[in-house]
Amino acid sequence: MYIIEKSLKLSENVYEIWVNAPHVTRNAKAGQFVIIRTDENGERIPLTISKISGDLVRIIFMAVGKTTHALAAVPAGGAISDIAGPLGCPSEVKKFGTCVLVGGGVGIASTPVIAQALKEAGNRVIGILGARNADFLILEDEMAEICDKLLIATDDGSKGHHGFAADLLKQVIAEEKVDAVWIIGPTIMMKVTSNVTREPKIKTFVSLNPIMVDGTGMCGSCRCVVDGKTKFACVDGPEFDAHQVDFDNLMQRQRYYMEHEKEALAQWKEHQCSCGGQH
Amino acid sequence: MGDRSVADRLKDFGEVDNGLSPEEAIEEASRCLQCKKPACVDGCPVNIDIPAFVAFIAKGEFLKAAESIRQQNLLPAICGRVCPQETQCEALCILGKKDTPIRIGQLERFAADQERAKGLTVPARKTATGKRVAVIGSGPAGIVAAGELAKDGHDVILYESLHAPGGVLTYGIPSFRLPKDVVKAEIDLILAMGVDLRLNHLVGRTVSHQELEGYDAILLGTGAGLPYFMGIPGENLSGVYSANEFLTRINLMHAERFPEFDTPVARMSRVVVVGGGNVAMDAARTARRMGAKVTLVYRRREEDLPARAAEVHHAQEEGIEFITCANPVRILGDQAVTGIECIRMHMCNLDESGRPVPEPIDNDTFTLDCDVVIQAIGQGPNPVLVSQIPDLDKGKAGNVVTGEDGRTSHPKIFAAGDVTTGAATVIMAMGGAKQAARSISEMLGSR
Ligand SMILES: Cc1cc2nc3c(=O)[nH]c(=O)nc-3n(C[C@H](O)[C@H](O)[C@H](O)COP(=O)(O)OP(=O)(O)OC[C@H]3O[C@@H](n4cnc5c(N)ncnc54)[C@H](O)[C@@H]3O)c2cc1C
Ligand SMILES: Cc1cc2nc3c(=O)[nH]c(=O)nc-3n(C[C@H](O)[C@H](O)[C@H](O)COP(=O)(O)OP(=O)(O)OC[C@H]3O[C@@H](n4cnc5c(N)ncnc54)[C@H](O)[C@@H]3O)c2cc1C
Ligand code: SF4
Ligand code: FES
Repeated sequence: MYIIEKSLKLSENVYEIWVNAPHVTRNAKAGQFVIIRTDENGERIPLTISKISGDLVRIIFMAVGKTTHALAAVPAGGAISDIAGPLGCPSEVKKFGTCVLVGGGVGIASTPVIAQALKEAGNRVIGILGARNADFLILEDEMAEICDKLLIATDDGSKGHHGFAADLLKQVIAEEKVDAVWIIGPTIMMKVTSNVTREPKIKTFVSLNPIMVDGTGMCGSCRCVVDGKTKFACVDGPEFDAHQVDFDNLMQRQRYYMEHEKEALAQWKEHQCSCGGQH
Repeated sequence: MGDRSVADRLKDFGEVDNGLSPEEAIEEASRCLQCKKPACVDGCPVNIDIPAFVAFIAKGEFLKAAESIRQQNLLPAICGRVCPQETQCEALCILGKKDTPIRIGQLERFAADQERAKGLTVPARKTATGKRVAVIGSGPAGIVAAGELAKDGHDVILYESLHAPGGVLTYGIPSFRLPKDVVKAEIDLILAMGVDLRLNHLVGRTVSHQELEGYDAILLGTGAGLPYFMGIPGENLSGVYSANEFLTRINLMHAERFPEFDTPVARMSRVVVVGGGNVAMDAARTARRMGAKVTLVYRRREEDLPARAAEVHHAQEEGIEFITCANPVRILGDQAVTGIECIRMHMCNLDESGRPVPEPIDNDTFTLDCDVVIQAIGQGPNPVLVSQIPDLDKGKAGNVVTGEDGRTSHPKIFAAGDVTTGAATVIMAMGGAKQAARSISEMLGSR
């Protein structure tokens, strides 16, 4: 059992938890993830390591289905049955020059550790955060502190640029020389945004989020097509060259269990009610 | 007592083979000739004193039989169920020349089950040596090595990346062949010897390979978990599984009981399994229990199927259709799988080993409609850790090269099981692990 030391709600449906997991924190690096299981009947789900502090791992997640809802419902001081990690390859951190980190929605969760690592490697770091509206924007202060420059976009214009993060990325590229870009967010957002850097041929990384089971290279559930070749995102990734990724295949594979997911969530919610949310 | 009826067993994941009753066991054991030079023992990769334990069963001394087996084999209830006895001990049993060989596997299983029902006793340990040994991977190789090393008095730290120990025994082999409580009981016994099991640790990431150097010795038992794919068009469509993924979703994650358990698996009505080994049989029979109509496509002839004869027989009884001399060339579908296109294979030419070489017959293709395809065409050594360790000699398939004694090219590192041999058997992994553990104890000066 692993204790959740802190748990808070960051915005509608987005939560932050700190899990006590010294085995994970010892060697964790930017860009890696963990796999958690909430309880004995639970599914193994991957979540990015968003920050490390002593023995604690910070995870920020959106409650979308059964497991993430159940995770959000674990109170501070409560426990989850498993956390494995760190998993995946760390981000490629070196001195590039000027780096831009684009975070979309809950994908912003992954950006501070990478920004920090890039900064420490001597890069100038520009952050671009995109969210549906001002209420959904997370980690703004934290990114502002790390980054040399921080830009914000909201779909409804309630904060910063009225529009997409991709517009801001275009703008930055027009204004200055950019050497490397990270785009982390919903798959469709990564697909669209990475088109901005395709033409000018700027090295661009995306962090892929296929459905996983073991996260150790044993099942092949997480396979993605990169440069026409099959890669296992859990051990070869999760970060890949954005311009080589087959996003359509990824999105198609992500949708496969949609019916199951709806059913599981509905059942979970029903059960929650019958015991007064005390489960 | 025989097998459960087909109708009955397709309803659940309960064990198919009921095993022997005490009367049947005594009768079977009494047939043994108690040969002076028992050929059966030569066929056993861990040299169980077969005539000795069989004699105890004949006398009705079941616990003594189990104790006798346990001297050579720490996982008898598992081996009694999954070892390919028909090509090992039983193949050499003298009675097999004229009549049927002694059913050694069934007797081993019987003795182990009797013992387990009475409660297992934890094996004794030698005085502590103060040496620390890291064992990586908790499949049969890692478990057995951990047990042997603990017996020899070392401090054993057993690392496992998943949330449950057992390797393929837990996530691969279905419970209708190997019930999970049997696996758990045998593993628990080894852990009770003081082995420090650390789950959720992927060595190479959670623990760096440099940190491993801090141990007095290291045993790699990371298995052959890397699934192979055929590399044909359509393979990354939704609904195409590796056998590992499909079996893991069900055996480890209990997707057959979704939504009581959270992990989903496709709802399948027509499944095509590609391959002909034990893994393919397990995948096919599992899919059958999920309610699907199952077709197995294998590129050679039926007589060439590498799976155990008993499993092929069980699969056929359960209504799995076999299409032999055919090989998939393309998986069809737009969003998800809708079918699979195969080509017929021509089987005349024999290779050096006398096995026919399958060759496609031009343009002779056919299509099967299906909503799930499971590829069970083999798997290779798990590269995550071994690819990170410098100066570790590896073979062509990425397997770790060892001597007879289990030593690798790295002075502190030993290896056993599928990571050295590629996909093999439980008993081979156990035999290798015992040998490697012995070598480690010799190196550490305690043998
Ligand atoms: C490397 C990686 C890092 C991730 N990091 C984060 C993060 O930091 N924060 C965050 O909110 N989300 C993250 N995700 C996505 C997260 O894993 C899914 O949201 C989560 O699994 C949903 O589980 P659920 O049961 O609540 O939802 P479900 O209802 O089961 O699924 C909702 C959607 O989540 C995805 N999903 C479902 N099961 C899995 C699975 N086993 N593995 C991966 N995706 C799945 C599918 O696209 C699905 O349509 C990450 C995914 C990956 C692969
Ligand atoms: C479906 C199926 C059916 C089979 N049927 C039979 C049968 O009937 N009879 C038979 O004799 N054999 C059978 N086999 C083969 C047999 O199971 C294997 O040969 C045997 O399990 C190999 O044992 P192992 O300990 O080497 O590896 P595994 O059982 O593969 O165990 C390796 C363990 O190491 C863990 N691991 C890997 N990398 C790391 C790491 N870096 N850090 C920490 N942990 C790690 C894995 O999670 C796993 O638990 C079957 C195999 C399969 C897949
Ligand atoms: S070879 Fe057969 S008959 Fe002889 S001892 Fe072994 S099991 Fe008994
Ligand atoms: S999640 Fe199983 S191989 Fe990546």
